[in-house]
Amino acid sequence: MADTVVHEAPTAAPHAGPAAVHGPSHATSTGLSNTKLAMWVFLGSDCLLFGGLISTYLLLRHRVPPGQGPGPTDVFDIPFTSVSSFVLLFSSLTMALAVGAIHRGDERRCRTFLLTTALLGALFVGGQAYEFTVFVREGLGYTTNIFGSAFYTLTGFHGTHVSVGIMFLLGLFILSLRGRLGVERAETVEIFGLYWHFVDIVWILIFTVVYLIP
Amino acid sequence: MAIVERPTAPLELPPGTAVTTRPLGVFTRPQATTGWRSWLTTIDHKRIGIMYGAAASFFFLLGGIEALLIRAQLAAPGQKLYSADLYNQIFTMHGVTMIFLVVIPLGAAFMNYVMPLQIGARDVAFPRLNAFSLWLFLFGGLFLNTSWFLGGGADGGWFAYAPNTGVTFSPSHGMDFYALGLQMTGIASLAGAINLVVTVLNLRAPGMTLMKMPVFTWMGLVTQLLLVFALPVLSVALFLLTFDRLFDANFFNVSAGADPLLWEHLFWIFGHPEVYILILPAFGIVSDIIPVFSRKPLFGYPFVVFSGIAIGFMGWGVWAHHMFSSGLGPISVAAFALSTMFIAVPTGVKILNWMATMWGGRLRFTTPMLFAIGLVTMFTIGGLSGVTHAVAPADTQQTDTYYIVAHFHYVLFGGALMGFLGGLYYWWPKAFGFMLNEKLGKWNFWLTLIGFNLTFGPMHILGLQGMPRRISTYAEGFGFEFWNAVATAGAFFIAVAMLVLVANVWVSWRAHRADPVDPGPDPWDARTLEWSVQSPTPTHNFDAVPTVSHLDEVWHRKYEENAEGKVVRIASGAEVAQPGDGTGVHLPSPSYWPLVMAAALPLIGYGLIFNLAFAAVGGVLVLLAAFGLGMEPADDPEAQHGPAGEGHGNGHAEDTDESADEGADGEEAGGEAVPAVTGASTAADRTPEEGSTDG
Repeated sequence: MADTVVHEAPTAAPHAGPAAVHGPSHATSTGLSNTKLAMWVFLGSDCLLFGGLISTYLLLRHRVPPGQGPGPTDVFDIPFTSVSSFVLLFSSLTMALAVGAIHRGDERRCRTFLLTTALLGALFVGGQAYEFTVFVREGLGYTTNIFGSAFYTLTGFHGTHVSVGIMFLLGLFILSLRGRLGVERAETVEIFGLYWHFVDIVWILIFTVVYLIP
Repeated sequence: MAIVERPTAPLELPPGTAVTTRPLGVFTRPQATTGWRSWLTTIDHKRIGIMYGAAASFFFLLGGIEALLIRAQLAAPGQKLYSADLYNQIFTMHGVTMIFLVVIPLGAAFMNYVMPLQIGARDVAFPRLNAFSLWLFLFGGLFLNTSWFLGGGADGGWFAYAPNTGVTFSPSHGMDFYALGLQMTGIASLAGAINLVVTVLNLRAPGMTLMKMPVFTWMGLVTQLLLVFALPVLSVALFLLTFDRLFDANFFNVSAGADPLLWEHLFWIFGHPEVYILILPAFGIVSDIIPVFSRKPLFGYPFVVFSGIAIGFMGWGVWAHHMFSSGLGPISVAAFALSTMFIAVPTGVKILNWMATMWGGRLRFTTPMLFAIGLVTMFTIGGLSGVTHAVAPADTQQTDTYYIVAHFHYVLFGGALMGFLGGLYYWWPKAFGFMLNEKLGKWNFWLTLIGFNLTFGPMHILGLQGMPRRISTYAEGFGFEFWNAVATAGAFFIAVAMLVLVANVWVSWRAHRADPVDPGPDPWDARTLEWSVQSPTPTHNFDAVPTVSHLDEVWHRKYEENAEGKVVRIASGAEVAQPGDGTGVHLPSPSYWPLVMAAALPLIGYGLIFNLAFAAVGGVLVLLAAFGLGMEPADDPEAQHGPAGEGHGNGHAEDTDESADEGADGEEAGGEAVPAVTGASTAADRTPEEGSTDG
């Protein structure tokens, strides 16, 4: 059966070179590498984290009693957030280009795209920080009302995910600068790309649910 | 062909490129293979499993003392051994400890030790992540319990209904410790779950298809998948509570428009899958034990597996039966009542399968078997009282009475803990190389069984009589006196039974020290792969990764049908077992980083409660450790490879990978590798061609 075949040595060949980063096992029963499978499982788990947060937001956003500060319709600046959303989505493209570059063995271009992705991500987080300051100035603090708590928590968790991603990107960038992110580690970039795209997809959902649906 | 596990790619870097893998971290890799330091940095799944068990036992002691305090207070009407406030803290911490710090980690302990052996793997997929899970669980549990010295324990019940657990009603820091401590053990469980899911899916020995996996591995997989998807929901709930309590958010502030049902929904969407997270590992254990001691294959293996999977799916659709009395409305109540009745079906299938396995078998009533039968009978009682909760009108009457307490102790103690005790006796020789005393084991079982029924049986009656749970005392004249006294006596009975277990370990160990008796690789004439390695398990598990062609692989290597169609023994367990002297195994290197990372998270917890400066330090440490872990290669190419077989504690077996090994020890390694190769090929030769009979 297929199970015996995947343990054959040739399947390990794509991991040739410093296969040590994959741990003691080199060929797997499913054919997916351990790290990639783990990332998929983690992302599945993360779906429920955002599922819980988004449900909480949907439940609470319109429950602000009168006189307790601004509600969703009072503060959002949809054109501004649309631009920052576009920036984040564009970073998915540069991430994909980085993955493509490293698979071709083009380390220099991969490095450039990794840095671009990090910068675009930082631009998005910066936009979020700016947006939050504006909201606070307009009278919507974290503790002002139940909408404020739910909004800042949901978007804050997403922003944290992006920030963690930026740190990973910078880590990859430094590795690449030191010549340690060659084609043999292409899968590492690819697996990080899964995370980055996931965070972007979640933002599409949050942008729709929080900003666009009245 | 035989050793297909060995890849052609080098296991370590060619010498010329070694410089590029120098870790960016600040630590050199730990080298110790014996002594306490080696346990701190170990990433061996067997040692981690043992430490999980030891840590859970410690917390079991704490939770047990809390249980005895509860029972002492309730022994007679009108008692006031301690204040009602302290009573709230004790029963809350008893529940939290037993569920999150005892039963979940005991499942993790058995999964960690046994599962890689059952699937023919050398370790889990991410050994350092595994160590991180262990330490974070331990530190998170200790963090939670330090609340006793820092203003009092959590006092809102184990399910901590908000807004009752907000600052207004629970002003001490107890609930903060609860929310942050469970967040930590949750992260630990999540990391462990991802790790074990990947291990089961990816590291199976050649030929071990999913439907040839032992049932314990299967149930473990379902459990870990439930954890993967249930824990983030609990995380959300705990985050909201933490933000409310520490940062004045409004999630559960009813005057700001909050809905008090939000917490209940979030908690029970986690909480009901959690119930199956607690019980399924024990189901897996007895599904392995009962066939061995009935000398029959498990009746309806696919049914047992698929009913476990069905429980895993249906467990997501029943959570609101915990909330029948909260005013959900008739449609929700009817829907959840129906789904709750349905979930009894796959559970009933399992019970039927266990009984049918025993039916007509040549039963051996060893201690593991007794505990397994204890689970089947006691869990059936608990399961039946559970079905009565599906009847919503009756449940409305029983909510928050001792009937509920009786029910979940029958499934968690009579179910999960019985299974784990059976597993302890069953796998003890595999882990430690000596048998536990059977006579004391039987005393242990019967005392547990009697004490358990004395304690929790009467609670059914008390509950139906209307005694509410979570009251610190009760007045005379309600008819509660007699059965409460019986329950308290029973609780101390259980304590004696647990002392017998401790005594058994001590006596058996002393006997082993005085006169070592090798239990052999297969003391029970068992059926699964963990019994094909020596006891205690060699550091490297398998000399050569076995090739699997059957469900119950080891049994098929020992028994065969003869010409008349009778099953006859063709080999002893010792004959089919691997000698344990294997070389050529490159094991992952130990690491400090998991410990650092796990230690930093409680620092963040204390910081959030008391002083944000600690949290900042903790955050920096986590970041450092994350980069340290990421930059450090999972295998240290420069690690010292000592010879294998020097006892249980070895960090490394000899690296003999031919392509990588161009150096000094190539010669002896090449010589040593031969027995491993022949061992594996004979195993492969013996297995018949029609490998997929049960696929």
